[in-house]
Amino acid sequence: MKPRIRPSYSPPIDQVGVVQRANRFTNRSIKGDAKMQGLKMVLSMIDLTTLEGMDTPGKVRQLCTKALHLHDQVANLPHVAAVCVYPNFVALAKQKLAGTEVKVASVATAFPSGHSSLELKLAEVQYALESGADEIDMVISRGRFHSGDFNYVFDEISAVKEACGSTRLKVILETGELGTFDKVRHASDLAMEAGADFIKTSTGKIKPAATMPVTLVMLQAIRDYHRRTGRQVGMKPAGGISKSKLALHYLVMVQETLGTAWLDNHWFRFGASSLANDVLMQIVKQQTGQYQSADHFSVD
Amino acid sequence: MNQPTDNHWPLTEALESRESIRLAKSYGLFVNGQFIRSSGSKKYWTINPANEKRLSRITESTPKDVDRAVRAARNCYEKHWSRMKPSERGKYIYRIARLIQEQSRELAILETLDGGKPIRESRDIDIPLAAAHFFYYAGWADKLKYAFPNRNPRPLGVAAQVIPWNFPLLMAAWKIAPALACGNTVVLKPAETTSLTALKLAEIIQQADLPAGAVNIITGHGPVGQSLIQHPDVDKIAFTGSTHVGKSIQTALATSGKRSTLELGGKAANIIFADAPIDQAVEGVVNGIYFNQGHVCCAGSRLFVEESVYDQVIEKIKDRIDTLRVGEPLDKNTDIGAINSKKQLAIIDQYIELGTAEGAHLYQPDCPLPDSGFWCLPTMFTDVSQSNRISREEIFGPVLAVQTFRTVAEVIKKANNTRYGLSAGVWTNKGSKIFNMTSQLKAGVIWANTYNQFDPASPFGGYKESGFGREGGLHGLAAYLALK
Repeated sequence: MKPRIRPSYSPPIDQVGVVQRANRFTNRSIKGDAKMQGLKMVLSMIDLTTLEGMDTPGKVRQLCTKALHLHDQVANLPHVAAVCVYPNFVALAKQKLAGTEVKVASVATAFPSGHSSLELKLAEVQYALESGADEIDMVISRGRFHSGDFNYVFDEISAVKEACGSTRLKVILETGELGTFDKVRHASDLAMEAGADFIKTSTGKIKPAATMPVTLVMLQAIRDYHRRTGRQVGMKPAGGISKSKLALHYLVMVQETLGTAWLDNHWFRFGASSLANDVLMQIVKQQTGQYQSADHFSVD
Repeated sequence: MNQPTDNHWPLTEALESRESIRLAKSYGLFVNGQFIRSSGSKKYWTINPANEKRLSRITESTPKDVDRAVRAARNCYEKHWSRMKPSERGKYIYRIARLIQEQSRELAILETLDGGKPIRESRDIDIPLAAAHFFYYAGWADKLKYAFPNRNPRPLGVAAQVIPWNFPLLMAAWKIAPALACGNTVVLKPAETTSLTALKLAEIIQQADLPAGAVNIITGHGPVGQSLIQHPDVDKIAFTGSTHVGKSIQTALATSGKRSTLELGGKAANIIFADAPIDQAVEGVVNGIYFNQGHVCCAGSRLFVEESVYDQVIEKIKDRIDTLRVGEPLDKNTDIGAINSKKQLAIIDQYIELGTAEGAHLYQPDCPLPDSGFWCLPTMFTDVSQSNRISREEIFGPVLAVQTFRTVAEVIKKANNTRYGLSAGVWTNKGSKIFNMTSQLKAGVIWANTYNQFDPASPFGGYKESGFGREGGLHGLAAYLALK
């Protein structure tokens, strides 16, 4: 029989209740100064991402330029938090972003499926770190998790964290493959106990990716873990957040679930590729009173 | 954890505009399809409880006005409404439902101005549910024989209906819709502090072109309701309000032969087991007691927590209370609005003082309150005992009394140990436990892993001193029909 760990601190989750609570955050009306402050905060929390089979040095270079110059026509805009790429583009991204505060995050551990041996996964992490990655985004082994081999999943995360050392580790649960909120909560607790610095919803390759209810379940796990251990863990919803209004509702959810200590790109990130332009459009609209066409904002 | 940091992100006030509302300086009575002047001359101000500013002048009806309204209802009953083809009756009721939807924004703003409840609730709950009740009962109007096969359903006659101030338009809908669908005519008296939406409903009934006298709306204080209920020519009494007034109605009705349904007070038990989905349970507890400032007869005012998860639950409730925004009800971001009246605030404040005096531990958030108007912070008492008055008497405000328990048998005994029996809530992840609890709790409505869910198709009503009779659903029809 396989050894099983079912930590007693993972409470059951009521799906209906979570959806209702998540909906309630969308009733908050964010206007005026709060909206402007919120929009800028969203920009500063974005992990600008390209994770495609057809990624090229040209694409990654453009992405890095966008990360630094979101929309130079508007003064005092923040830059994004990080760019997120495959390991073989880390060195190039580091070079493009040298001397700036924008971090380079690298996916690793046989992203997106996670099907490989631990040795190969650790080697991949090592490669990303040696190429200069500031952050590692790993995926958990969902197959092992579903078959009940929680020890394996736990040990794997611990091993990756050990390889990372002080480099921050984001652990992708791929909630779209977990099936229930109970399993999302369990995986969140397990990842944090194993050393995750961030927990992250999705790879972006599976639908559904991030949703407000699933993010809420993970935020509540973070809050309970923080209360139990005193250690602050970050949160990164990824995939499916492309509109600024939705992003602002996520921030309301963070503020009212974890408190303002998490309203900072050190503790909260959006994994997104097209969110930035919608936020920029809203910022220009707030400043000028008019919407500009999408072609006023750079697409790369 | 919710202390402000450098990242503090305050939400700017988002006021709902008052521009769309039409408010008369003064209102008469709605009798026989017309707005008329009272035979007397007494009027009083209805105010906005959030700032104590005057809104409009409301008529204090005289016994003569009451008689006039009942006669109009009787006349309409005999000549039109009871004889009308049932599908035609349904048509009129559907029309009312659609007009409520069309004017929902104005109704929501008025409900919030006059009663103090947050616009979020009047907009998303009160008004849509009121429309839903008319839609639901409109559908029954021509299907009564299918609802009660072989029992020859007949209307009762004139229904006298007296409603409270906590859900003004919604309670009017609960009362009027089934009465009309069954072929009865109505004289309704809204509460004195919240008459505006009932008077707007009178305008809607006029616009819907109902036969004159099918619905009559008279305003005023308690004695007006009393003379309506005691009028010899009413056939049916429907009352929602305090147990105290309910008892006096029962006394007055003895030997009168009038049918009655009473929906009175409550002191509901909300029960959290250790195996519950804790975060969702906490959310349900908070909504259960602080919804509509706690002015809810089925509010979950007694919380029972299994002792092994007590500390965790209390901590989480405190966290959640800290995020509630108390203030201007017209602000779309407000969670808790104003207390309905000065009188009610005084009652609540007395109970809060009493709770402290009884030795319970008080928790309130650190939240600024406006200078004028009637306000009460969301309040939680821990270390409460079953013998404390704050766990026995209905407070009708945002005050939660928390106790602990160890076993299923114990919590059932404690939950049932009350003179009320309107509602209860059970939080557990175990289905069998839910069925065990629901079969033993003596309450008219029991929610499992949720709280304060309302639907026109679902019956609502109490045991013991919470009243008798059911409103809503098929059961709600029976209260307005003579059945063989």
